Amino acid sequence: MPAAHAAGIFIQYHRDAMPLLAVDNLTVSFPTADGTVRAVRGLSFSVEAGKTLGVVGESGSGKSVSALTMLGLNPGADITGSAVFNGKELLTMSQHELRKIRGAEIAMIFQDPLSSLHPHFRVGWQIAEAIRAHTSASKQDAMSQAVELLRLVNIPQPERRVEAYPHEMSGGMRQRVMIAMALALKPKLLIADEPTTALDATVQAQLMELLIQMQNELGMAMIIITHDLGVIASVADEVLVMYAGRAAERADARTIFFSPHHPYTRGLLGSVPSATGVVGSRLTPIVGSPPSLISVPSGCGFHPRCPFAMETCIDDQPDLIPIAAGPNHTSACWLPPDMTGVGIAMDTARQRYASTHRGARSAKLPGVIAAVEGAAVYA
Amino acid sequence: MPDPAADGDILLGAEDIVKHFPIKEGIFFKHQVGSVKAVDGVSLQVRRGETLGLVGETGCGKSTLARCIMRLFPLTSGHLTFDGADLSTLSRSGMRPYRRGMQMIFQDPYGSLNSRRRVGSIIGDPLAIHHVASGAERRKRVQGLMEVVGLNPEHYNRFPAEFSGGQRQRIGVARALALHPKLIVCDEPVSALDVSIQAQIINLLEDLQGEFGLTYIFIAHDLAVVQHVSDRVAVMYLGKIVEVADVKDLYSTPHHPYTNALLSASVVADPDKARTRDRIILTGDVPSPINPPSGCRFHTRCPKAQPICSTEEPLLKSGVGDPPGHVTACHFPVAEGEKLASEKATILHAVEGFLAEAPT
Repeated sequence: MPAAHAAGIFIQYHRDAMPLLAVDNLTVSFPTADGTVRAVRGLSFSVEAGKTLGVVGESGSGKSVSALTMLGLNPGADITGSAVFNGKELLTMSQHELRKIRGAEIAMIFQDPLSSLHPHFRVGWQIAEAIRAHTSASKQDAMSQAVELLRLVNIPQPERRVEAYPHEMSGGMRQRVMIAMALALKPKLLIADEPTTALDATVQAQLMELLIQMQNELGMAMIIITHDLGVIASVADEVLVMYAGRAAERADARTIFFSPHHPYTRGLLGSVPSATGVVGSRLTPIVGSPPSLISVPSGCGFHPRCPFAMETCIDDQPDLIPIAAGPNHTSACWLPPDMTGVGIAMDTARQRYASTHRGARSAKLPGVIAAVEGAAVYA
Repeated sequence: MPDPAADGDILLGAEDIVKHFPIKEGIFFKHQVGSVKAVDGVSLQVRRGETLGLVGETGCGKSTLARCIMRLFPLTSGHLTFDGADLSTLSRSGMRPYRRGMQMIFQDPYGSLNSRRRVGSIIGDPLAIHHVASGAERRKRVQGLMEVVGLNPEHYNRFPAEFSGGQRQRIGVARALALHPKLIVCDEPVSALDVSIQAQIINLLEDLQGEFGLTYIFIAHDLAVVQHVSDRVAVMYLGKIVEVADVKDLYSTPHHPYTNALLSASVVADPDKARTRDRIILTGDVPSPINPPSGCRFHTRCPKAQPICSTEEPLLKSGVGDPPGHVTACHFPVAEGEKLASEKATILHAVEGFLAEAPT
């Protein structure tokens, strides 16, 4: 094979392998009067073009903050690390450059459509404004595109509805306007932060279907941020589980649901009715509540709530290590990499392993006490 | 009519409950121009010791019905019996002795606790109002309650702001338990909480039911949670009940097209099931309860609607071969295994049209 050809293949391969968005060791903290809130503490992930990454975690796990940081929407935060989108570094970009990307190449849908739409302007005007800010379309053209977008997101009588104010619409309708606005410039990456949390099941189904169809047609990548495992199960290709500002586990959706490694992922699955267990069986919640981000626990942030905590977990922070259960499966936990799965047998094996590595301090942790007593966790 | 439920002892009976809120106009002389028909003729029976799930979308009247059952406001019409007594027309003072038997847990653990009062006095309030206990005795009872719901009794003197969302919801549960009620109406008790905390509260409610023989009316929009906690489930749409059945029957063979749509739209936390099943996607939003559609209220969005649906209102009745207690208000109930039209194709068409037209 001629060398030039081989090099060509290599470059081609390299280009294909390059993700659309690569976030590396991102940290975000906010100085406050009570102390520094360490919202994101070293997060790395990547999203490939056309794929959907589901980011799941409880409130305060840093899901939204990391998304907002990438778009430069966190003024006042101390940020380190890097976020490379399409070959360009987002975190050090000037406001002027960022403004060209924001809305056009990366669009975002927020959770609360009422506070994200301007109450004083008609929705058509707001959509048209986004179009006119990035293209040379005339007012009339932008307005007729706005009508088409509203038709696309299934708003009845779009010609009339472009004249409506946000308060004249229902919650589902407003969220559809937000989606229309986000899709207006056919972005390469759509970040949806809890896009359907405030909505009813039937409306939620309409919107998720719409997003999936748009993704198939436009080939855009999506990051869906949610705490709803059901949404993750229905749309995500890859899943990133976050806890206390760090990645706990990352894998494809089936692996996360059927062969999780991290005890936090395992705990989340046990907290949801009929996720993978039998309908009607008792839920197995995680003890305690998520930690304060001002005083994050030492070592692994999950150790006070973890039923399998060991001495190491109190002292050393685990990094993401490869797990055999699936391709690109990684997990940040000190348990052996082959301990994956959700069954009682596996929990027993985990507990047996953990008990041999336990000391005086770890035996007193609330999660461990509850698990040993068999009262709450994974009983 | 719902099943008379000869097998169970009826704790609460609601017959044709109607609650309309007037809409008034005018500056000096207000006159009524219409009404919001929040609950429009609901009949329900709740058996002693069971959990009745109540599901439906925003604005369908679930919470108003709960408040009607609690008699938090006068009914427009209808009959309400609780433990053999007729509560439908009692005055505020007349209601007082019965309030001990029925308590409520609210959705928002932030809004439902007075932030300027200490937890001990919030939980102790029912005991004080009903002259059950005072002084040291009240304090002891309150601390006992805090222990029952998994709070540290030493935190008696703290303010609600010092607790997390899950702990606050436990305070709400303790307050509801204070008078040993027979019935607790839970209005979306877990929807504002994080997933891991939701499971803690659901387990707590289940334990308390076993321990104190409580009866629950459990309102939620999360169908998986309702399936987990309920014995029977009632589905509401625009102020009416459209289907009631045992939880297993309702989730396995739903007969009303709305129930079908609701169940197929709810997300399941299982990637294999979530991607393979057919979803029935309804068009549009719920119509306004000020001017609900004629006949069957669902006919404007129903994939099976026929001319009769817009003229004649269907009544709740049992279908052929249904297990006892499964009633549906539909002219054309969905048979087992029947497939309803899906909206997927229409959306795809719209997307393609948009891409063809829009300049790139």
